[in-house]
Formats: sequence, C-alpha cells, structure tokens
Amino acid sequence: MTSTETRMAGRLGDSPLRPDGTLKVTGEFAYSSDLWHDDMVWGVTLRSPHPSARIRAIDLTDALRVPGVSAILTAKDVPGENAVGLEHLDTPALADGVVRYQGEPVALVAADHPETARRAAARIVVDYEVLPAVTDPRTALDPDTPWVHADHDNLVRDLRIRRGDPSPTAPVVVSLDFEVGMQDQAFLGPESGLAVPDGEGGVDLYVATQWLHVDQGQVCRVLGLPPEQVRLTLAGVGGAFGGREDLSMHVHACLLALHTGKPVKMSYARDESFFGHVHRHPAWLRYEFGARETGELVYAKADILFDGGAYASSTPAVVGNGGTLGLGPYRIPNVHVDARGVYTNNPTCGAMRGFGCVQAAFAHEALMDELADRIGMDRVEIRALNGMVEGDLTITGQVVDSAAPVAELIRTVRDLPLPAEPAGERDIRELPGGASNTTHGEGVRRGIGYAVTYKNVGFSEGFDDYSTARVRLEVVGGEPVATVHTAAAEVGQGLITIEQQICRTELGVEQVVVHPKDTTVGSGGSTSASRQTYVTGGAVKAACEAVRASVLRRASEALGRAELRLDGEKIVAAGGEVVASLAEVLTDPVEETVEWRHRPTYPIDPETGQGNAHVQYAFSAHRAVVDVDVELGLVKVVALDTAQDVGRALNPDAVVGQIQGGSAQGMGLALMEEIVVQDGIVKNPSFTDYLIPTILDMPPMQVKVLEYADPHAPYGVRGVGEPPTISSGPAVAAAIRAATGKPLRRVPVRPEHITF
Amino acid sequence: MDITLEVNGETRHLSIDPRVTLLDALRERLGITGPKKGCDRGQCGACTVHVDGRPVLACLTLAATVREPVRTVEGLAADGRPHPVQQAFAEQDALQCGFCTSGQVMSAVAAVEQEVADVREFMSGNLCRCAAYPNIVAAVEQARSTKESADARV
Repeated sequence: MTSTETRMAGRLGDSPLRPDGTLKVTGEFAYSSDLWHDDMVWGVTLRSPHPSARIRAIDLTDALRVPGVSAILTAKDVPGENAVGLEHLDTPALADGVVRYQGEPVALVAADHPETARRAAARIVVDYEVLPAVTDPRTALDPDTPWVHADHDNLVRDLRIRRGDPSPTAPVVVSLDFEVGMQDQAFLGPESGLAVPDGEGGVDLYVATQWLHVDQGQVCRVLGLPPEQVRLTLAGVGGAFGGREDLSMHVHACLLALHTGKPVKMSYARDESFFGHVHRHPAWLRYEFGARETGELVYAKADILFDGGAYASSTPAVVGNGGTLGLGPYRIPNVHVDARGVYTNNPTCGAMRGFGCVQAAFAHEALMDELADRIGMDRVEIRALNGMVEGDLTITGQVVDSAAPVAELIRTVRDLPLPAEPAGERDIRELPGGASNTTHGEGVRRGIGYAVTYKNVGFSEGFDDYSTARVRLEVVGGEPVATVHTAAAEVGQGLITIEQQICRTELGVEQVVVHPKDTTVGSGGSTSASRQTYVTGGAVKAACEAVRASVLRRASEALGRAELRLDGEKIVAAGGEVVASLAEVLTDPVEETVEWRHRPTYPIDPETGQGNAHVQYAFSAHRAVVDVDVELGLVKVVALDTAQDVGRALNPDAVVGQIQGGSAQGMGLALMEEIVVQDGIVKNPSFTDYLIPTILDMPPMQVKVLEYADPHAPYGVRGVGEPPTISSGPAVAAAIRAATGKPLRRVPVRPEHITF
Repeated sequence: MDITLEVNGETRHLSIDPRVTLLDALRERLGITGPKKGCDRGQCGACTVHVDGRPVLACLTLAATVREPVRTVEGLAADGRPHPVQQAFAEQDALQCGFCTSGQVMSAVAAVEQEVADVREFMSGNLCRCAAYPNIVAAVEQARSTKESADARV
C-alpha cells in the first residue's frame, strides 16, 4: 500500500472544515465578550473628551458615593511603569497629567453592573486645561508647532531611500499628489476580556488579541509583576485586522482585578471601540515618475507623510513599509523616497492589514495610469513592462529571490472574462443606488481599473521574528493523537486548521487536538504581516519533525532496526515492511518544543535606505469594473477580479476566503470607509456613520491563485492575507476615474468628488 | 418589573428594569450568549434572534415588550443535530472570525423559511467584516436546496 492510498483527508493541500466552525455556527464559541464569572464586577473607562489638555485635578468624591462601585483608579494607582507601546513605550496606561488625543483613558471604574460603572464614571470630575491641539500632520514638523510630547519633537520616524543617480532626468515626467483617509479595522467583536486575580498577587487574563506574549510583556511592566504572575489565554477573537496589536482593556482589567480582588470583565461599546484601538494612518503622498517614451521607468520620487496621531504604536513599521515598498512592484533604477510619520493630537494610528503599502499603492497605481496615458501605452502592458521579475533588485537593493510574477498577474486579471455590457432594461438592484431606486440607468457610466502591488511578509528590518510550537504525540484510547500547542492567535484566518493539517501531514495521524492558545508555551509572534502560516506553520512543521525523529529513534532502539520511517500510523522499514504500529511504539508520549525563525532580515542604511529589509514579498493584482452614477456620485462595483501568487496554497479554500475578505476591505477604503476627524475630534464613531461593505456591496469575484513555491519558505508558502487589501482599492479608484474622467486624488471617493 | 420569556422552548421568569433590551436579558441574565453585541444600535445585525419566527434585532427590542416565543441560534438544533442552515454555514465555510455568524444564521434561517426572492437584499442588515459574503450566499443556497429536496419528499 502506498502512502497516497492511505492518505486521509485534512492534510496540506486540502480544505478541511475549520475545527472551531461547528461551535461558531451553533453559538457556543466563547468570544471575549461572552466570558463570565459569577463573582465578577464590570470595568469601564473614563476617556478624555479633548484632543489636548492638561489635567489639573481629578475629583472622585461623587463617583465613589455611587452604590455598587468597588474601585476607581487613576494614573497614581499604577503600581509599575505607566507606559506601554509596541515599538516605543510612550503610551500611558492611564493619562498622567496630560491627555494627547480624544478618547485617551483617564480613569477606570469597577462596579457590580456596567450601567452602575458608567454612571459613576460620569460623576468623576476631571479639571482639564484645554491646550492647543496639533491636528494637521502637514505642519507637525514646523518649528512653531507645539510638541505633542514634551520631551521630543513630533517626528516618529524619518526614512529615506537614495538609489542611483541623485539628479535623474527623463523624457516623460508625471507627478501627482494623493491623500488617503483614516480607515478603521471595524472588527465586529468589541475589545473585551476577563481578568481573574489568583489570590496570590497574580492575575489570569482572558482576552482577544493578536499577540499574547507582546501583551504579556506590556501588562507585566504596568503591573510591576513578573511573567509568571501574569498569564494570558486567548479568548475568542471577533476579528482583528491589525486593530488588536496594541493593548486596549488588557492592563485596565488587570489593574481593577488586582485592586478589587475580584474578576473584572470589560467590554467596549461600539462607539468606545472607535476610540479603543488605533486606526489605519491617513497619508499624504507626492509622487513623480520619470520614464522613457517607450514606457520604462527611469526614476521615481516619493514624499510620503503618515499621521501617527498621539502615540507611536506601529508608526515606525508603517513608515518602514511605506518607504521601502511604497513605489510598488516595479524595477526602478533611480530612486528618491522620503517617508515620515509624525505625532499629532489626532487619534493614534497603527496597524491595519497591509499597512504602509495600502496607502502608497493608491498613489503609485494612479501615477502608473497617468504615465501610460501620457505616452499612449496600454495600462496593463506598462505594468507588465516595468513589473519586477525574480532576480530584480528592489529599491532598497535587495534581490527578489523568489517568484515575482507581476506581468503574469496583471495580464491574468486582464484576460479574465468581463461582466456583460449593460443592455436594455436593467434590474435596479444591479445599478448604483440599488433598491433605493435612484436611477434606471441614466447617467450611469462603466469604468475598468487595474492595479498591481506587493507586500512584505513577516517582520522586517532585523526584527527577531520567530514562533514556538509544542507538539505532543501519544496514544489515547488505542489511537495515536497529536496535540499542537502554540501561542499564535487564531483570529478567523484559519491558523488552527493549518496547524492541524501540518500535524496530519508530518505525523500521519488523523486526530490532532489544538491546545488553547496561552502563554504557557513560548511566543508565537504576532498574527499580522501575513506571517502566521509561514512562521508558526514553520514552527509546527519543525516540531513535528522533531517528534517524528524521537519516535523513530525510540522505535529503532526498541525494535533493534535502523532506517525506519513513519508512514501513516505505521513504522515502516527501508524495504517497505511494516514493523510496528505507531501506537505500539508510543508507550509514553513524545513531546517536542521548537522555536523557529525565518532567515534573518537586516536594518536598512539610515542614509540610503539600502539593505535586505524583508524576508519575502507577496504580489497581487486586481481588475475592478464599476458602474458610476455620475449625476449622484454613487458607485456600484460590478466585478472585482484578482490574481495572487500564494507560493503554495496549504488550504485552498482559506486562501480564497482571505483574498475575498482582504479585497472587500481595500474596496471599502476606496469607496466608503473613513473616520472623519475635525480638530482632533472623531465625528462618526458608529456603524451608521462609518460604513463598511455589506453583502450587497460585495461584488462577484473571480480569484486566480498562482502557486510559485518560495524555496526559502516552509512548504513554499507565501503570505496571503494582506496583498488583496493593497491592490483592490487602487483598482476600484482607477475604475471610477475611468468611468468619470475625474482625477480623483483622494480616497475614499465620495459622491461630491464625482459630481463636482 | 417581572416578565416571562419563552426562549428556545423554555419558560424563563425575570425581574428586570423596563429599559433592559432583549439582548441584555438574554446575554447577561439568562446566559444565552449566542446573540452578539456588535454595536448595540441596530447597525450590525450580530444580535439577530427570532421572535415568533420573525428576525428581530435583540439590541433594539425591549425585553419587556416580548410576548411571543424567542428563538436564538442555540435553539436551532433539533435532536442533537445542527439546523440545516448551521450545517450549511459550517460546510461552506461561511465565516472567518465567526462573530457575526449567530446573527447571519438567524437571518439565513428566516430567508430560507420565508423563501425570499433576493437573499442578498434580505441579508444586507448583517455585516461581516471578514467579508465571508460569497460563502454566506453559498450556504444559504445549500440550505435552500436541502429544504427544497426535503419539501419534495413530503
């Protein structure tokens, strides 16, 4: 019998059902907001109404009189260091004397009911001295602009890339200015969790997050406790998309729990959620391309400004991506890029799917169209002409050492069937405005747009990016069972399905138990940067290999045979003879823990931006077809087709799901999603005023998945989650430009941009 | 005030403030957490339950006004087997994070039972930020054909 014939379902390359799927469709799956403890109290947060103010005094007298209140805490109750942050420890857990953005946490209340806690919070009297707010990032670095942080200026990171001729010239020159609005992750499951004191000075925190261990470190610092006393377990995560990389209620619930000695639940309301997590950076981009008359790029210049808001969060990495990847997946010999992130008193911005690249892609793709039009070249072919191929150098001088199928991707989407041209009487539901019955086709124009982009996978610029996996193999009820334990967060992307698939493939066992995600195993790194299948997948693979080696070593010793291998659940000798069953050899469990790293990356040169900053690049292309009612400014995306190289699709259905979901979020930024901030104040913190795509907005999608294995990655995988968010939006924007003839240099595109 | 709710076939007595929503009564008083609080403002659909077979937003419904039987996602299974719509959602992978799924499933059950002509229009009040929409449509189609073949057998 060959191993192919014994192959069970649910291995790599299959699309088994997700192990948590049944619980999720029956309502039994416990999300962080579902957690409950009989003795618990509820925590709420009092937040600053001002984007910039000094706190003169806080009077708790009235609030403490509210019956049912068990604790009210402010900065002076923080036992450890009052500072958190992903890259810079610049964010107070609770504001200490000054608030730097609207919504900054100032005080915490614990009470027997959430409404009691909210009423008490409303009775806290904070004496603010309102200060001038820095709200325009374009003047944040001017010498007369106040500093958001007293001890340093408003620059978070300044990145420059200099390559080739410093003063290049070209016969064709095009340029533009572009502006990208502030997008929200808008995960549906609000920030929430439960902190349970252990009675010995420590705490257990159950929370929805993207990286348990980086949370643990920050919580420990604020509580002044060692990691042994702050244990985190992943609660059910209702979406993440980058918005759960920074802490939200983590430290607050722990502070209240340790102070009251009771379990504390916190769960943000939707309006609070808009203040409870960071957003995608708005960006201002000035680009210039120089090209030959035949279309080849000679040079590119870019000046990119990201508004980081009040605290650093992931801004340095966003600037890193925007700078090193911000000219798109093109071969460009001469490069001059300045990318900056600044502090303001606007909402803090940080991680969201595809960060840095999403913003830049709108500019480089709009300019590529402009260049094509200027020289009379096809918009697809100019991308194919300039698109990277394997072996090319990026703008940081890094060799792209695996597939870079830019030309194939953009031509693939071009060659997919187009939706039928509208003819005759149309169903109004297919028109812009839909069932609102705003048009019967008059004033509706169709447009087609293209975009191709790329994204780094994994953490870059020398970060020690690793994941830990513990795999245990044992016999339960006569059957071999593998248990896989990582701390890598499942947020809906399907990582736990992949972990099972890897174990089945590597160990040949059918039953694979996914251990709850917690901090009793080493770090799994962040569920971000499209990295978990690559990095935690690599760790699980390595741990399985270690387990397999141990099992075979044990079998060799017990059986006195050499050169054994595992085939399905059998131990097989070199000649193919079955010498034992796996269950016979597993008299005791075998367990191995492996810390796995991808090949290293390196910091870039501070003066030239040159260096091998990234571990892997992932490429994708989109073609959008839109119908635009040019009289009302309404847009209907008729089709959003895409092609993406995923290296190898370990779970083909999950790959398509990521591509569809990512595409929808990119489309949302192009069309409707923006947190409107005026003078540092958020104007639309609700799903009535902040719109995300509905099922009616979701266009039909043809998805072409290319599989050019990356020889440097486990199984040849390439990160999948982010590229679709990067190329879909620019394609939609391009299609609207094509339909309307308007330049449309800002997203989201609003009706008034189309009609006036 | 004292109220009586029939939830998933069980009669439950509660003493509540008149301002308590059906969603809070279910989640915080009865421990029925399938309906989710995604917005508490009737904007996302994650709290969708059935009252007398009609899908309603539990966050916009006062518990004290509910007279008819309430069915939540937990009450769909029969004889220990998931409802065909739940089965279809799992098989079609009509979810990613799954937070909206309870509400999606309840709307989908109504769509299938009412044999609505336009599923997407009917389901447009249920947001899915993961945008598993294509698979949600596929799941409703699967459940519809399961029902049609079951109806044909009767």
